[in-house]
Amino acid sequence: MTTILIDNVWKEYDERIVLEQVNLSLDDHEFLVIIGPSGVGKTTLLRLLLSQEVPTRGRILIDGEPIAAEPTADRGVVFQRYSVFPHKTVLENVMLGPQWAGAPILGRFFGARRRALEARAMTLLTRVGLAEHAGKYPAQLSGGMQQRLALAQALIMKPKVLLLDEPFGALDPGTRKSMHELVRELWEENRMTIVMVTHDLPEAFLLGTRVIAVDRPRKDPQAPERFGATIVSDFEAKCRVMRESRAFEAEREKVRLTLVSSTPTPASAIPPGTPAPARLLVKD
Amino acid sequence: MRRIINYAPRPGVKVILAALPFVAVIAIYLLASNARLAIEPNDKLMPAFSTFYAAMARLATTLDIATKQYLLWWDTWLSLWRLFVGLGIAAALGLVLGITVGFIPYLRAMFEPFFAAFSLIPPLAVLPILFILFGLGEASKIVLIVFGIAPFIIRDVMLRVAAIPAEQIIKAQTLGASTWQMVTGVVLPQVMPRLIDSVRLSLGAAWLFVIAAEAITAEGGLGYRIFLVRRYLAMDVILPYVAWITLLAFLMDYGLRKLAAAAYPWDRIKAA
Repeated sequence: MTTILIDNVWKEYDERIVLEQVNLSLDDHEFLVIIGPSGVGKTTLLRLLLSQEVPTRGRILIDGEPIAAEPTADRGVVFQRYSVFPHKTVLENVMLGPQWAGAPILGRFFGARRRALEARAMTLLTRVGLAEHAGKYPAQLSGGMQQRLALAQALIMKPKVLLLDEPFGALDPGTRKSMHELVRELWEENRMTIVMVTHDLPEAFLLGTRVIAVDRPRKDPQAPERFGATIVSDFEAKCRVMRESRAFEAEREKVRLTLVSSTPTPASAIPPGTPAPARLLVKD
Repeated sequence: MRRIINYAPRPGVKVILAALPFVAVIAIYLLASNARLAIEPNDKLMPAFSTFYAAMARLATTLDIATKQYLLWWDTWLSLWRLFVGLGIAAALGLVLGITVGFIPYLRAMFEPFFAAFSLIPPLAVLPILFILFGLGEASKIVLIVFGIAPFIIRDVMLRVAAIPAEQIIKAQTLGASTWQMVTGVVLPQVMPRLIDSVRLSLGAAWLFVIAAEAITAEGGLGYRIFLVRRYLAMDVILPYVAWITLLAFLMDYGLRKLAAAAYPWDRIKAA
C-alpha cells in the first residue's frame, strides 16, 4: 500500500511563485499523469516529490510519513536523458542499487552474493528485453533501450513510487508505443504507484488512471511571476471500480482456462490444495 | 570547383602529407649546415648529423670522470624522476581536491575562488621563495612542478565533476548511494579519463618547469646539461638533447593516450 498526500504545497524562487496551493491525495496503485503547458511547473512538482527540491510551504507525505529532504531509495526515477551511468555496462547499471545498499564501503558484491544479484538483474533485463545487450555500454544502445535500462535500474530497488519525467519525450513514435506497453505492464506487475510528467495528451490518457492538469488559474499582466500554477483539472481517466472489475474478470478467465486445459474433472475431484476463490469463480 | 574544406586527402596521401614538414625541416637544416660547414669546417652553430651522433655516442657510452655516470642516461633518469614525481603528486592532488571541492557545495563555495586566484600566480616568479624554503635540492624542483601544474589539474577536474549531469547524481541517490559511494562509483570513474587528458596537456608545462629548475641549480638532468654546455656553444649536444626530450614527451603522451583508451573503453564509445 502506498498513498501520497500533497498538502497545500507552495514553491517559490525568491520573488517568483512557481506552484501555489497544490493539494492532492493519491490512492495506492495509481498511475498519475501530470500535464500542462511548458514551463508551468510540472517538472517542479515532480522534483518536489523526488526531494530534488524542497517545498517553500506545505508538506508531502508518503504513507502518512513526511518524505525525506533528499532523494532516497523509496522513490525511483527515470529522466528524459542521462538516467543511466555511461561508465557501467548494462548489467552493471542494473546491479548498482543493491550493491550500494549492501556494501557501504566497496559498493561491490563478491562470490555467491554477486552471482545471485546477477541472476536477479538478468531476470529484470530479460523482462525489459535487454538480456542480449547485458555486456554493452549505454552509449551503444538506442534511446528506447537506454530508457528500458533506466526502468530496470530503478525497478530493482522496488521503489514505492516511480517518478517519470517525460521519459518518452526523446523517442520516435514506434519505440514510444512499445515503451507505453512496457510501462503499463510493469506498473501492473509491480503494483506500485507511478507519477509521470508529459506534455503529450494522448499518452497521458492512454497510460494514466488519473490525469491532472497544472496551469496558472490567475494571471497578472503586470507581474506574471506573482501567481503560481496549481492543479486546475483532475480527471479520473480509468475508474478504480472498472479497473478492479476488469482485473477480477482477467483473473477469472485465467483460472477458467487453466481448469479447462487440464483434464476435465468433476468439482469434487479438485485437489484440496486449490484455492477456494478459484472454485468459486468457476461455479458462476 | 568545390570549396577547399570539402577536399579531404586519401589515407596514403595523408601519411605523406604528415611526413612532409618533418622531412622539410631536416632537409633545410642539412642544406644550411652543409653550406656553413663548407665555409668553416669547425662551425659550432649547425653541426653535421655525424657530429650529433658522435656527441651522443660519447655521452651515452663513456663514463664521465666527475660524476662516475653515463651522462645521457644519468641526465634522463634525473629529469624523468623529477617529472614523474612532480606530475604524480600534482595528479593525485588534482584528483582528491578536484573531486572533493567540485562535488561538495560547501567546499566549492569556500575553495573555488581561492584555487582560481592561486592558479594565476606565476610559478617561476615564486621559484626563489621555493629555493629559500626548500633549499636547492630536489624538493624545491618537485614543489615547483606541483605548484605549476596542480592548480590547472584541480580546476580541470572540478569542471569535469560539474559537467556530470545532475540527473545522474539524483538517480544515484534514488538508488540509495551515499556520498562516498557516489564519489567512488559515479564521479571518480567518469573523471579519470579527463584526469589523464589533463595530465597529457600539462606535460609541456611540466617539462618547462623541470628544465627551468634544472637550469638554475642541479647536479644533473637534461635541462642542466643543455644549460651547462651552452657556455661552450655545444650545439652538437644541445640539439640532440632537445630532440631526445621531445621524443620522451611524445612517448609519454602516446602512452597516456593508450592507457586512457585501454582502461576506459566507454569514454571512447561516447566520443564516437
